[in-house]
Amino acid sequence: MSLKQLNIFVENKKGALVEITETLASHDVNIRALSIADTEEFGILRLIVNDNDTACKILSEKDFLIKITEVVGVKIGDQPGKLSTALSVLDDEDINVEYLYAFMARTEKHAYVVLRVADNAQAEKALEAAGYHMITDADINKL
Amino acid sequence: MQNYYQKEIETMPVEQIEALQSEKLVKQVKHVYENVPYYRDLMDKKGVTPDDIKGIEDLHKLPFLSKADLRDAYPYGLLAKPLSECVRIHSTSGTTGKRVVAFYTQNDVDMWEDCCARAIVAAGGTNEDVCQVAYGYGLFTGGAGLHGGSHKVGCLTLPMSSGNTDRQIQFMNDLGATIICCTPSYAAYIGETLEEQGFTPDQIPLKAGIFGAEPWTEEMRRGIEKTLGIKAYDIYGLTETSGPGVAFECCEQTGMHINEDHFLAEIIDPDTGEVLPLGSKGELVFTALDKEAFPLLRYRTRDICVLSREKCSCGRTLIKMAKPMGRSDDMMIIRGVNVFPSQIETVLLNEGYQPNYQIIVDRKGNTDTFDVNVEMNADQFSDTVSGVTAKEKALANAMKIMLGINPTVHLVAPKSIVRSEGKAVRVIDKRKLHD
Repeated sequence: MSLKQLNIFVENKKGALVEITETLASHDVNIRALSIADTEEFGILRLIVNDNDTACKILSEKDFLIKITEVVGVKIGDQPGKLSTALSVLDDEDINVEYLYAFMARTEKHAYVVLRVADNAQAEKALEAAGYHMITDADINKL
Repeated sequence: MQNYYQKEIETMPVEQIEALQSEKLVKQVKHVYENVPYYRDLMDKKGVTPDDIKGIEDLHKLPFLSKADLRDAYPYGLLAKPLSECVRIHSTSGTTGKRVVAFYTQNDVDMWEDCCARAIVAAGGTNEDVCQVAYGYGLFTGGAGLHGGSHKVGCLTLPMSSGNTDRQIQFMNDLGATIICCTPSYAAYIGETLEEQGFTPDQIPLKAGIFGAEPWTEEMRRGIEKTLGIKAYDIYGLTETSGPGVAFECCEQTGMHINEDHFLAEIIDPDTGEVLPLGSKGELVFTALDKEAFPLLRYRTRDICVLSREKCSCGRTLIKMAKPMGRSDDMMIIRGVNVFPSQIETVLLNEGYQPNYQIIVDRKGNTDTFDVNVEMNADQFSDTVSGVTAKEKALANAMKIMLGINPTVHLVAPKSIVRSEGKAVRVIDKRKLHD
């Protein structure tokens, strides 16, 4: 069970982001979700895409620093309070969330949350025990 | 009225001082040849024997020593006296992991302290003065040299070492320090702090300062003189030749008198090694005439400067050197510490980085800033900001251990450092150090 996230190092300079998105677009890579962590000097762009291998290859060729990490993807209901309920499951198990971001499904009445924790297996176990469904790369490709 | 610490030497006619140098050189070459196998080999290779050296006119026949020789010979290879006769060591900040260690006999220490005493007296010091030594104490020669010189002059010596500026200011005011010895950047910093605390120059007891160990400009001198209400004197030296006091400034402030009875100076073409005539710009080379334990002959300082022998209004006849106007290698002096790009490279390789980096040195206010940009690879990159900044801190720490000063490390994207003709520009020094 795993969801792969692409992490791309982005220097704070004009045109850096558009170069990434244009490169992905030109190879039909679809971005499903993204978040950016930024500091005064650099940013880390985190992407969930439909084709990790292609994305990695074409960005590496353009000398972008890119790294794949595994994150936890969980499906939650699209109603007020549902994120809070899911997070309280982790909180009860003393699992710290380093960062998270979420995106909507187009058809279902669901949202997907991407979570970065210290121990993926532990978080997944806790969420599944509470009845949550994890999403994987295969699910992303079907979206 | 002019004061001298050793008037006879300091005002000796040129012919006499040259005769003295010749006499000492002949003896010194014998001493080195007999006691330093490393240098004897160099002389043998060049086909020079001690008998070939009859006076200073034969100096050019001797082989050079460079920093690389000092590293090769570390630690005892250039020692010319048994350790039982040595009483102290001092050390440079270290290059590519290996420091230069210099040894001193009691006579060496005395001679060095005399040199520093000459500098203090030339700056107006007498036994009535209170001399605050705010150079670092320890392996660094700054503290020990001026401390010893201050004792010789008979000043009340305040062995403050560097740092703890509030305490510096308190002692300065409570004990009425009249002379301060430190790096020019620290003098400027103390001046700024005093100004912030509301002190005007006439409320500060200081009358003179002796500043060295790092490059500084005339503009900086004027700034320090104004905020502290003092006259600021330059001093020159290097651990390899003893420490500060190899040359010092007098009231004329137009270059530094070299203590040439102890240190014979030459200017050479850094590329060919050819000796250049007086007044030419080139690399400064020193031969230690009196040092017993660590007597370097024809040591290449890598400092580019000019020598002159014009009559000085202070009455000293000692030859003068201009403030060094650059380096013939890639060494930088940052916050008073010698930094070579090769040291940065060594740290990067040790820590698993490629040696793709750029050093940016600047000066904000009167303090050097020291930034190192390093290209990172996927191994060092992570998905969190804290992960990247932790890598930056770890690398900065490894550099601090190597260099003795703390850089700010910035990890940057691969191939983002500008390359000219395929080669990255390693050093950008934005400081305005030479007028």
